[in-house]
Amino acid sequence: MSDDIYREIILDHYRNPRNKGKLTNPDVSIHDSNPLCGDEIDIHLKIEEDKIKEIRFEGRGCAISQASVSMLTEMVINKPLNLVKDLAKEDILENIGLTNLGPARIKCALLSLKVLKMAMIKYYTDRDPESARKFENEPAVY
Amino acid sequence: MQKSVLNAYDIRRDFPILKRKVGDKTLVYLDNAATTQKPSSVITAIHDYYSYYNANIHRTVHQLGEEATIAYEQTREKVAKFINARSKEEIIFTRNATEAINLVSYTWGRQHVKAGDSVIISEMEHHSNIVPWQILEMEKNANLRYVGVDDQGYLRLDDYKNFLDAANVRLISISEMSNVLGTILPLNEIIRLAHRKGIPVLVDAAQSVPHMPVDVQRSDCDFLAFSAHKMLGPTGVGILYVKRDILEGMPPFITGGDMIKEVHRHATIYNDLPYRFEGGTPNIAGVIGFGAALDYLNRIGMDRVRDHEVDITKYALAALTDFKNVKLYGPQDAIDRGGVISFNIADIHPHDLATIMNERGIAIRSGHHCAQVLMERLDVSATSRASFYIYNTKEEVDIFIDALDDARRIFRV
Repeated sequence: MSDDIYREIILDHYRNPRNKGKLTNPDVSIHDSNPLCGDEIDIHLKIEEDKIKEIRFEGRGCAISQASVSMLTEMVINKPLNLVKDLAKEDILENIGLTNLGPARIKCALLSLKVLKMAMIKYYTDRDPESARKFENEPAVY
Repeated sequence: MQKSVLNAYDIRRDFPILKRKVGDKTLVYLDNAATTQKPSSVITAIHDYYSYYNANIHRTVHQLGEEATIAYEQTREKVAKFINARSKEEIIFTRNATEAINLVSYTWGRQHVKAGDSVIISEMEHHSNIVPWQILEMEKNANLRYVGVDDQGYLRLDDYKNFLDAANVRLISISEMSNVLGTILPLNEIIRLAHRKGIPVLVDAAQSVPHMPVDVQRSDCDFLAFSAHKMLGPTGVGILYVKRDILEGMPPFITGGDMIKEVHRHATIYNDLPYRFEGGTPNIAGVIGFGAALDYLNRIGMDRVRDHEVDITKYALAALTDFKNVKLYGPQDAIDRGGVISFNIADIHPHDLATIMNERGIAIRSGHHCAQVLMERLDVSATSRASFYIYNTKEEVDIFIDALDDARRIFRV
């Protein structure tokens, strides 16, 4: 029953998003949207010693996309980049507790991960194009 | 004598898909502005073509080809009658309304729109009536102008009149009914004002021809585009009507087979109207199926289709107006609009609402409805949209309203 999707925790993150806003002087900022839904997410990162020191997001869209990115920010803050780099879509879906989404709505849930990975690729490319290569064979998030 | 009303329950029996379940719920299909369901007669017509007389058309001597050509061309005649065109030569089959509009922008548009010229559209256009003109604007260094929409969802006619007064307006391209707001535009006045200045008008009729009587001679529009699949027909068939004297001056669009009379090494003589504009083997089965769809609608009568939709839209609007935390978009009077209702409820995102509806077997649309310029104007990222057709009942509206109540409960708004 999809009504189960809209559990307390999803609604809570939708209405009271964590780490929402901008960062002054972020090391990387990136934007993407989901053409199906029009969900939009911007992610801003501050990176120190190869760790995500600060993360903020801006966005608008459905409860699933916005709760997913809010929960993802909590998941990755203070985590080393090489751990974040290996996050898989299953990790995200488990984190938000939605493992039974259909093909349309799963894109809402995974936009957060897609944008975070884009942010990291941009971060590496800006600094060291060589090291960005390790993302080249990354499977598409969806 | 009182006009008879259509019986949606009788009509439903002709649509096999309406019997299906979504999970354990009976399908409630309220996404008709996107595409409509198909009656058995349309499905049978397509089946019969492939089963009994499948052949390519026009240059065929054998029996099957002759039968297929006759059936294909009969639909052209039916279309001409349906919109009251003067002749069937004014009817061109395309893939959809989008391609029909592109045909005009790529042929007539490139011929007539020059640097500094303007094309006028409105803020409530579907992307299919925006992007082709944007491309022309960039290519020709022309100006695309948007007639505004007021807060009630009506076209700002004053804007329009001001634009017309500016020099070098080459074309008006405007939808007859908004696919988001449902607003029915004052087409006769729009065309009259344009023609007074000698400016031709293209009508995007994708949402109007399926839902109300349309008469191209009465409105005197110059171009009219619509899609078969939004009016019981198959996907992959669009219709472009062009006034004959304009059509005769238009260069071809898709070139190749069937649109030619003679091809020599370095020169080609194009075929007569309307075949000049139908390059390559067309969607023969689809066109034949569309003929059956037109027969079906003719049996009901477009006046009765319109009356039914006004009735059901009034009923739904009344229920929604009383609904807590609902924001309705578009004219509040059902007479001024088609059977399309866009709305939002509190902070429930339309995609979440559509998911909750789907769980109850209800198909609605959610998103920007290919009208992002209008979404910006309304200052929303998305809306939910319920849209009706001949087989929808008030009972289904009740199920829909109950489901909205559930959604409100789940989201606690």
